[in-house]
Amino acid sequence: MSTPAGGTVGQRRWYYPALATPGIVWLLLLFIMPFYAIAAVAFGTRDQIFALPIPAWNPLEWQFETFSETARELFASGGLQAQFTRTLLYVGTSVVLCLLVGYPVAYYIARYGGRIKVLLLTLMIAPFWMSYLMRMLAWVNLLSVKPDDPGLVNRLLLLTPFVHDPIAWNSGTVSNMTVILGLVYGYIPFFILPLYAALDRIDRSQLEASRDMGASPASTFWRVTLPLSKQGILAGAVIITLPMFGDYYTPNLMTASPENTMIGNAIDLALQGGQGTQPKGAGLTLLLSAFIGALMIYYLVSVSRAAKEAQR
Amino acid sequence: MTTAEATVPRATAAPRVGWLRSFFSNPWGKPRFLSIWTWLYIIWTIAPVVIAVQFSFNSGRSRSTFQGFSLQWYEAIWNEASQGFDDTLLPALMQSLKLALLTMPIATALGVGLAIGLARWRGRGSGAANFLMLFPLVTPEIVMGASMFLIFSNLYHIRLGTTAQLFGHVTFSLSYVVIVTRGRLFAIGRDYEEAAMDLGASPAGALRRVLLPLLAPAILSSFFIVFAISIDDFVISQFLCAQDCTTIPIKIYSAARNAGNPSLNALATIMMLLSLVSITVAVLILRVFNKRQGTGRSAVEDFARFEI
Repeated sequence: MSTPAGGTVGQRRWYYPALATPGIVWLLLLFIMPFYAIAAVAFGTRDQIFALPIPAWNPLEWQFETFSETARELFASGGLQAQFTRTLLYVGTSVVLCLLVGYPVAYYIARYGGRIKVLLLTLMIAPFWMSYLMRMLAWVNLLSVKPDDPGLVNRLLLLTPFVHDPIAWNSGTVSNMTVILGLVYGYIPFFILPLYAALDRIDRSQLEASRDMGASPASTFWRVTLPLSKQGILAGAVIITLPMFGDYYTPNLMTASPENTMIGNAIDLALQGGQGTQPKGAGLTLLLSAFIGALMIYYLVSVSRAAKEAQR
Repeated sequence: MTTAEATVPRATAAPRVGWLRSFFSNPWGKPRFLSIWTWLYIIWTIAPVVIAVQFSFNSGRSRSTFQGFSLQWYEAIWNEASQGFDDTLLPALMQSLKLALLTMPIATALGVGLAIGLARWRGRGSGAANFLMLFPLVTPEIVMGASMFLIFSNLYHIRLGTTAQLFGHVTFSLSYVVIVTRGRLFAIGRDYEEAAMDLGASPAGALRRVLLPLLAPAILSSFFIVFAISIDDFVISQFLCAQDCTTIPIKIYSAARNAGNPSLNALATIMMLLSLVSITVAVLILRVFNKRQGTGRSAVEDFARFEI
């Protein structure tokens, strides 16, 4: 059945790359090439009559007129500037809130979980595996402002002595808070998980050493636990920042108001709104990718460094 | 407390404050504040979903006043004769199931091959391929969706619809399969295969008769993980859909704010159950396997520590 020599060196050399090839080809054709398509469409031209996009597949034929127009629009007041600053504001606030809400939770489960640790972890991870859309639908119901069927939150608030009129969740300043609530609710499970992983890895003897040396619990936290969990905080922040920058469905579901749209909504509108605006959408996607590319590369480098250390 | 405060008579307030203080800062007990915070967090994350599920069983149309238990909104998904029947719900469920079931075998086969190849192949290009494999995990879905949308409509000429969605789903689930499989590969080590090859097996024989049986739990749990993430996906499905390819998440997105009635909650509940059940199965498979390997930690803990 097999040669007595077993896997010869030559056989082993091609066998494993051959196993990986279908997957690599798949990723090249359906992951790398599509990235190139963004550039080709963004730097391409448009049909004069039907305004159909003509992608420039040859980099030598790239034109930068539409792209620079899009880039200028991103920072022009009256253009997309409002959406852009709003995106920064929403993402920044949401990440800070995720940290403030999530850190104590991850810390408690990692250090004091005790006998119910697995239960707490399961409950903490459960939202991770519930569809994002299902979880948004839950809040759409809770914060409904339909006069014939107001949401549960308003019904409860009206029972308290502080609120006399139903709160309009989808207008004015409140609408910003509604979207941020949606973002924090949607993404916090993804933030907590790497943070928990980092906190759980901290060696208890290091904390004990700090206490033995006379540090108070507070200074042990600030000077030992917090620095040791920094990697987890950064990983969590990057993991949620990346999708948040491209989010368009959360504002649309939470308020559906043009006052709350993010840069993702502009991309969605340009790409799905018709072929004429495809180059603009591609240009925006490219700008977004460049903006978050640095974050991504930072994260991937630190992940693969951690993986190498784990292998050792 | 400062000395100035201490001189103030505190006949009524003091015992309560004292009780609160000792409740929150008992140095020998668990930190109560953190414990309460954690439970509040868990309630906050889970209660809205539980409420949404509850209203899928409402006997009335409201999604905020519960008028009694009924299954009519589930019936409204498939029973044409029922009150409130919506003929778009069942096709969405079917489209989601179809995509997930097609994605499962393709993504698992490609991913397992990729994982084994990358783990055992130490030649030129393996580092780049390892790095490439991680990218789909961190690329925002809108970028992935937009890029595939653009290349399908401008170069590959794949009509937006089920085929395009299938390509998209396989692409983003591939990396998850690689990660799950690779974790097991490192745990198994190379000894068994090397032993098989020393005894005369070819690489293919060693793979088929030694490595694949050892990897079976990881492969099986990859299957269920792919099913769950495919069912839950929204952005890529939406970007790669023109018409007649509405999945459950797309349906929720387009109908949540407008045509709100509890049958949408019923559909969402079905989707959530499907993905939670398949994830539980995946975790249980890994857990049974772990017990046999004797790592001591539960699978949930492994998952939480990113050690799948």
